[in-house]
Amino acid sequence: MFTEEHARRRGWLQAVDPRIKVLMFAAVIIAASASSSFGVLAGLYLLLLAAAWKSQLPFELFVRRTWVGIPFFAGIVVLPSIFFGLPPRLFDVSLGPLQLGLSLPGLYGATVFVMRVAVCVSLAVLLVLTTRWSDLLKSLRALRAPQVFILILSMTYRYVFLFLHTMNGMFEARKSRVVARPGGREDRRWIARSMGALLNRSFKMSGDVYAAMLARGFTGEVRTYSTYRLGMADWLALAGAFAVAVGAALVSRWIR
Amino acid sequence: MDTVAPPAAEAVFKLAGVRYVYNGRQVALDGIDLEIRAGEQVALLGANGTGKSTLLKMLDGIIGPSEGSMQALGADVRLVTAGDEAFRFHREVGLVFQDPDVQLFSPTVLDDVAFGPLQLGLSPEEVKRCCDEALDQMGIAHLADRAPFELSGGEKKRVAIASVLSLGPRVILLDEPTASLDPRTKWVLVNLIRMLGQSGRTIVTATHELDIVPVIADRVVVIGENRRVVADGRPSEVLANRELLIEANLIHEHLHQHGGLAHTHEHEHDGTHAHAHAAASGEVRTFRDPGP
Repeated sequence: MFTEEHARRRGWLQAVDPRIKVLMFAAVIIAASASSSFGVLAGLYLLLLAAAWKSQLPFELFVRRTWVGIPFFAGIVVLPSIFFGLPPRLFDVSLGPLQLGLSLPGLYGATVFVMRVAVCVSLAVLLVLTTRWSDLLKSLRALRAPQVFILILSMTYRYVFLFLHTMNGMFEARKSRVVARPGGREDRRWIARSMGALLNRSFKMSGDVYAAMLARGFTGEVRTYSTYRLGMADWLALAGAFAVAVGAALVSRWIR
Repeated sequence: MDTVAPPAAEAVFKLAGVRYVYNGRQVALDGIDLEIRAGEQVALLGANGTGKSTLLKMLDGIIGPSEGSMQALGADVRLVTAGDEAFRFHREVGLVFQDPDVQLFSPTVLDDVAFGPLQLGLSPEEVKRCCDEALDQMGIAHLADRAPFELSGGEKKRVAIASVLSLGPRVILLDEPTASLDPRTKWVLVNLIRMLGQSGRTIVTATHELDIVPVIADRVVVIGENRRVVADGRPSEVLANRELLIEANLIHEHLHQHGGLAHTHEHEHDGTHAHAHAAASGEVRTFRDPGP
């Protein structure tokens, strides 16, 4: 993510205009979110794998990024519906007034839910991996996000790295001077102090940055520069994504 | 670069008895009288904490004097930096900050260079032309798509200058432009600053590096530790006045040793110097000393 190594490759999605890409992905995310069909979601996931392959993303990286968090987050959410779902159940256990069991509709619903989350997360991962952050933020304009919101996000993204570097320096400076094993209490105290120092520094820097903006004519009105040019390939990609989204919505009505 | 601009040139800045006080108690400038004329290349010399950066911010209209009067571009600074006039002023006067991370606040180099022209409300074609020219002038067209955190210190400084150049200012103020740079990068930058000066712009450079002064300036203004102008003249005259430079804390004496020979003599704050000594054998040898 820091080096934007994958976003700089000459793959299929990297060549698509970022504004178009945001619209494409938004359309497919909406379609996937609205679909309750395992078959459609599985089909969409296969399409995403193909898109990742055409965009020269390493298969393992793409799949790992998607699936590492899903069992933990989505799995916890759907766990109760598996055991408290409607019958038929594979087995039943009575715990006082509660009836527990592996519900087949619950299991199917959980699988569809996890699959839906996987498709949406894969779409987000694919978008982030194939688009430079600066382009991604600018392209939010295509979704009518306010300019000032985009400016704040851009500047946050810019200075996160600087403060990360500063924080790293502070940790190293401390490590080089620690000659005894500090206790947990001392560690917590140091972290709190460091947070305060960093906040002070960021506050001073924000004043300086604002002065630098004023020095170049900033009056509060945000203007951004874009060199994007839409080509036939971009419109075709958008039409394709919309077709997939509409197709997924229609097929979801008939195929479970 | 020991030529002085013709005295008939218009005054770009005129300061009389200017004081600046931070938070009502910390005096940064204490009675500055200074006039800078169009086309001059001025080096503002002063030790750390003498108010050079504050003075540059004042010249750029970011802060106003606490006391005294200041004129910029022929009018009271408060008038030329107020409301819509600020637009015109910042197009004429650009400031390159000491810390390039302060100045490079956009996600890419191109966005940073385009920031100024965009604020001026130029068309996309004009913005592109301004950016291309500035990037070419600084030799960094290949960095346009890079993020600031990917750049080296020297590259950041060049981008910071380009971000000001894209506005096409007549006056460029540079705050410690060569600070923390390796020797090669430093001299590349010095040559770029010299080139900017030769294009007829007014250049004011705050520095305490004496070795770059004769290359980038035709006039030297020394700010003393009393936060006032203590000398104003040609580089050859000011730099020859060793007593003044010691007084202003721009050079100093300290004891050091070459082989078996220990002695005391003047040093600049940064950089290297070469000097000759008679060794015990009577042979005169030249030493290159890294300084403190």
